[in-house]
Amino acid sequence: MAFEDYEPVIGLEVHCELKTATKLFCGCRTIFGNEANTQVCPVCLGLPGTLPVMNEKAVEYAVKIGLALNCSIAKYSKMDRKNYYYPDLPKAYQISQYDKPLNYGGYLDIITKEGTKRIGVTRAHLEEDAGKLVHAGGKAGRLDSSDYSLADYNRGGIPLVEIVSEPDIRSADEAYAYLTALKNILLYIDVSDCNMEEGSLRCDANVSIRPKGIEKFGTRTEIKNMNSFKFAKQAIEYEIKRQAALLDKGERVVQESRLWDVTENKTKTMRSKEEAHDYRYFPEPDLVPIILSEDYVKTIKDNLPELPGAKRARFVSQYGLSDYDGGVLTSDQELAHWFEEGAKHTKNPKGLANWIMGDMAAKMKEQEKELKGLKFDQKKLCELVDIIEAGTINSKQAKEVFSEMFDLGVSPAEVVKSRGMAQVSDPKAIEGAVDKVLAENPTVVADYKGGKQGVIGFLVGKVMQATQGKSNPKMVNDILKKKLDA
Amino acid sequence: MLEKTIHEVSADLKAKKVSSAELTKAAMDYLEEVEPKVQAFITITRDEALKQAAEADKRLASGKDITPLTGVPVAIKDLLCTKGIRTTCASRMLENFKPPYNATVVERLYQAGAVSVGKTNMDEFAMGSSTETSFYKKTKNPWNLNCVPGGSSGGSAASVSADQAFASLGSDTGGSIRQPAALCGIVGLKPTYGRVSRYGLIAFASSLDQIGPFSKDVEDCAIMMNTIAGHDPNDSTSANLPVPDYVAEMKKSIRGLRIGIPKEFFPEGLNREVSVAVKDAIAKLQSLGAEIVEVSLPASPYGLAAYYVLAPCEASSNLARYDGVRYGLRETGENIVEMYSKTRAAGFGSEVKRRIMLGTYALSSGYYDAYYLKALKVRRLIKNDYDKAFEKVDVIATPTAPNPAFRFGEKTGDPLSMYLEDVFTVSINITGLPGLSIPCGMSKSELPIGLQLIGKAFDEATLLRTAYAYEQATPWHKQKPSLRED
Repeated sequence: MAFEDYEPVIGLEVHCELKTATKLFCGCRTIFGNEANTQVCPVCLGLPGTLPVMNEKAVEYAVKIGLALNCSIAKYSKMDRKNYYYPDLPKAYQISQYDKPLNYGGYLDIITKEGTKRIGVTRAHLEEDAGKLVHAGGKAGRLDSSDYSLADYNRGGIPLVEIVSEPDIRSADEAYAYLTALKNILLYIDVSDCNMEEGSLRCDANVSIRPKGIEKFGTRTEIKNMNSFKFAKQAIEYEIKRQAALLDKGERVVQESRLWDVTENKTKTMRSKEEAHDYRYFPEPDLVPIILSEDYVKTIKDNLPELPGAKRARFVSQYGLSDYDGGVLTSDQELAHWFEEGAKHTKNPKGLANWIMGDMAAKMKEQEKELKGLKFDQKKLCELVDIIEAGTINSKQAKEVFSEMFDLGVSPAEVVKSRGMAQVSDPKAIEGAVDKVLAENPTVVADYKGGKQGVIGFLVGKVMQATQGKSNPKMVNDILKKKLDA
Repeated sequence: MLEKTIHEVSADLKAKKVSSAELTKAAMDYLEEVEPKVQAFITITRDEALKQAAEADKRLASGKDITPLTGVPVAIKDLLCTKGIRTTCASRMLENFKPPYNATVVERLYQAGAVSVGKTNMDEFAMGSSTETSFYKKTKNPWNLNCVPGGSSGGSAASVSADQAFASLGSDTGGSIRQPAALCGIVGLKPTYGRVSRYGLIAFASSLDQIGPFSKDVEDCAIMMNTIAGHDPNDSTSANLPVPDYVAEMKKSIRGLRIGIPKEFFPEGLNREVSVAVKDAIAKLQSLGAEIVEVSLPASPYGLAAYYVLAPCEASSNLARYDGVRYGLRETGENIVEMYSKTRAAGFGSEVKRRIMLGTYALSSGYYDAYYLKALKVRRLIKNDYDKAFEKVDVIATPTAPNPAFRFGEKTGDPLSMYLEDVFTVSINITGLPGLSIPCGMSKSELPIGLQLIGKAFDEATLLRTAYAYEQATPWHKQKPSLRED
């Protein structure tokens, strides 16, 4: 069967570390990168006799996530124990949520080539993170073959929200779009650093394929260890192809967990379903149920910031931006804010948006600059936008002015003034130059009149040259046309 | 002096008739003298006790902040964490485990100025009804050294009965305070679930475990409760309710008090001596002005079955952390799984293993509904029974244990007959209600018999009041064991 005749079915599980000051069940700090086992106490080490106490801030953050993902918030939810042995799990069970998650039944809208697509969010539940193991010697990176392993429990007990999507995703690109949109929302509501390198955002994917038009799901595999969105996309793409190749050969997909191997760019078997754990979930007796009042949820809801989707729609209607531009500007809360502050200082917000997304973005990328580190503010950029709008300088000059403003932080008006850049917009002056050029280039004029209308560009160039580039190009064009067509 | 009660000796301390140093030294000397016979202690902390006594004497000298426990030697069950003092749970697994923190109840005793003489023997991880499953030793019943002291808090009960300590702390998951109290002829109280913080109690079954005191009389029980009861922010399941002054409450009259007698607790075939003693006690209560009412607790016969599902389920999870990775025993293995299994095979005794296996099985996928969920439903039914009964009565009176103390080895070969020791006590843990055992008679072979009083949730005061009235009218608490063999 042709590759295009298969339809991938993808569901994503995203683990998001909450940026609470303290851990989920104890008062230990949650700072990343501190010396091993310096942010631990009897509780998060699971020492005999200790008991967990719920961090209320974590519940609040988890509810924020639920609301931002359009979930229903459970009035009654509870914590459960997920039992399994691993040295990074000091109690040999993870306190998680099983059948009564805090948030359920939500969705997230993503932008695809075909337009907006709604991806269901099955649940977003609260749980604790595990510690971290470092394996030494042997086959690197694996506990079972290492000479010895070191355990760091600093991360153990940091609150996580696991966000599980419905199997609504149909391509690696959609998965990428989902992850990007999700991360953006989490950053907007300020509940997580979403730093994939530091592991505060982690993603697993459930992938299966089925012949197009067939309702029944194929056998799925779970891909783990995808520690960037780029890897997630690559891994999912690889896995779809791998499964298609298997089916084409008449073989079966084995239900298993697979690891994304960054060096070999392929997914590899981690453990099969036969080895899969029976987690023996049961209600955590050491914690009381989480019972949330309507007022509590409402207060959180009322205090949510404007989310990316709503902001984008508003930008489109309020500032006359394209949907695409709205998407770009709201893809980062700080950028959206920067733009919106700027829009107060110009009547041409679209022009401002173009500069932000165009030259400014390019230069920031090139010089690895952040918004905070810019030498100019929105007012200056708006000044430039307005100068261009007024026709004082042309686009080529504008780029120069922008560069100078970007590098030195100078005011565009001053640059225009000091460099004598003010554009010639006096029709009489331009007409004089036009007449001169027409007189000097009779053959080109003949060509134009003979139907080669494209040569007008050459003539515009000549006029611009004759006026040291200061003429308003649009006016030059118009006057040339008027005279040639006369 | 050592045969005195806390309220008696406390008066002596305050009156400077004796110093805590003298009292403690005498207590330690006597403790060590009779210990070869009783074997109530896993760890004796003479040096720490003398230091604490010296501190208590300073406090007594200052005349400030003196409590009825200031300077009084007490013993602590070896599953309550004591900072820097090994806490073994009577298991080989924790032979060298020294907790870095004190259990909340231990902290409260210390703050009250109590002196800790040592850590008492128990069934391994509190699993048993005779203290025979201890890895370390077999504690003897002071009334007959050929008999068991009951369990699991056998050491705590025997030490108070034998005057090795003025009072002690135990824990009760299915009868582990009340049954040994009955078998050793002293007062033992299992408070309402949530009345006393579990923080620092090494968990057996978290939803059933509760810490409580052993004492020589009811007033001492009230004194201990005044010290240990109350909300603890470190235990989410501890109730944030006011704690009455139990000593004051205890002394109120029981005239008009309604005492329920459930027929299900007096089955055919109940030990005759137990039956007679308990019925005499009820008659005595009636003569003291209480009204006797027959009540029914029809679901009671299922209590034991539900208990032996729920408790092992929670235990299988609670004891999973003993994996040899961070503390406690570690047996080396070729790989992690081998290390786990060798460590756990060597560290746990057979009763602990049996319960871990029972619980693991019952929680396994496919069995959860049939066992765990069913047991939860039974739990609810039993609770409904009690709720209904307590609409009609204030206290329920029953036998504590079905028999007086039995002989070593009598039940170890047959786990079921051992489990039946808990038949009258487990449903009180299942419902979370408070239960108290008070001596109410002697068998022909001079073994104590206990009366169990069951109260409404958080109504320990009424239990103590009933028990105090009974005690004032009967001689049993004045009898002392002879530390004889038969």
